[in-house]
Amino acid sequence: MGLFTELKDSISRATDRLFSEQEPKRIGIYGPPNAGKTTLANRIARDWTGDAIGAESHVPHETRRARRKENVEIERDGKTVTIDIVDTPGVTTKVDYEEFTDEMDEEDAIRRSREATEGVAEAMHWLREDVDGVIYVLDSAEDPITQVNTMLIGIIESRDLPVLIFANKIDLEESSVKRIEDAFPQHKTVPLSAKEGDNMDEVYDSIAEYFG
Amino acid sequence: MPKATNADDPDAPDGVQIDLISGERMDGMATMEKIRMILDGVHDGNIVILEEGLTPDEESRLIEVTMAEISPDEFNGIEIETYPKSDTRDSSLLGRIMGGEEAEAKLTVIGPANQIETLHKDETLISALVSRN
Repeated sequence: MGLFTELKDSISRATDRLFSEQEPKRIGIYGPPNAGKTTLANRIARDWTGDAIGAESHVPHETRRARRKENVEIERDGKTVTIDIVDTPGVTTKVDYEEFTDEMDEEDAIRRSREATEGVAEAMHWLREDVDGVIYVLDSAEDPITQVNTMLIGIIESRDLPVLIFANKIDLEESSVKRIEDAFPQHKTVPLSAKEGDNMDEVYDSIAEYFG
Repeated sequence: MPKATNADDPDAPDGVQIDLISGERMDGMATMEKIRMILDGVHDGNIVILEEGLTPDEESRLIEVTMAEISPDEFNGIEIETYPKSDTRDSSLLGRIMGGEEAEAKLTVIGPANQIETLHKDETLISALVSRN
């Protein structure tokens, strides 16, 4: 991209944000596969609208299309913050259909992998063009220092997007929030269990503070 | 496909090709040219090593294009490893507008997901095992 085009795009983005103060902020939920993004999206949506966003599963790439829940009004300290939640497929650099053949027949596994690749490409496109902030969900029982996580956080930072890191699955014995804080000390890390609903008050306080 | 596994062609060289691409060569290339060069190499079963890394935008597009090219039984994606980013990076908006979003001089290794496995990575060393199939 040329310097002039980049300058024009930067000004355009800044202008868009300036004039969209009253619009709901589009908050993308990003992270690796199986971090609990859809469980979190569903928890937020159910708590504030009564409806879920999508199906949850232990099989990677259950979410294969970005899904949006619009106008989620979160009330904190008498103030209402309105966001559109965008639940995205887990970002990865590889998808092998054979990973799914234990759970389903080959034809379904191939279809799942094709949909997953399209979904990840779409999620990357949304990240460049269409979100105002990011909730980055990590499984706190897993090592957070992976190339995909490092790359994604770098891409988000390069877009000047506000980002909150959610250390999910603190209900698991092997969970380590500190490992995530140490991996990405430049960002606020909020511990939670989306499945159990642990620490959701801090989750909503942080969303209101960062994206309100 | 990988030269090392080309059993149909006994004259094919037995080994894994490593393409070491200088920063100077990458300097004059557009984003999609860089991505095409990387993925063409990886599709051929090569390990591509970039003397200088990619910018975040280029990394984002590399993931997007890689996803578009994944195909069952033929290509299941890439492994990519690079050294951590420098703390001294100029991350201000003005800095990037003025050209600050240059790729940092950090070595990056990219290879076919079914052939490359990272054994160890820290701030100064990437150790990778490359299989021939």
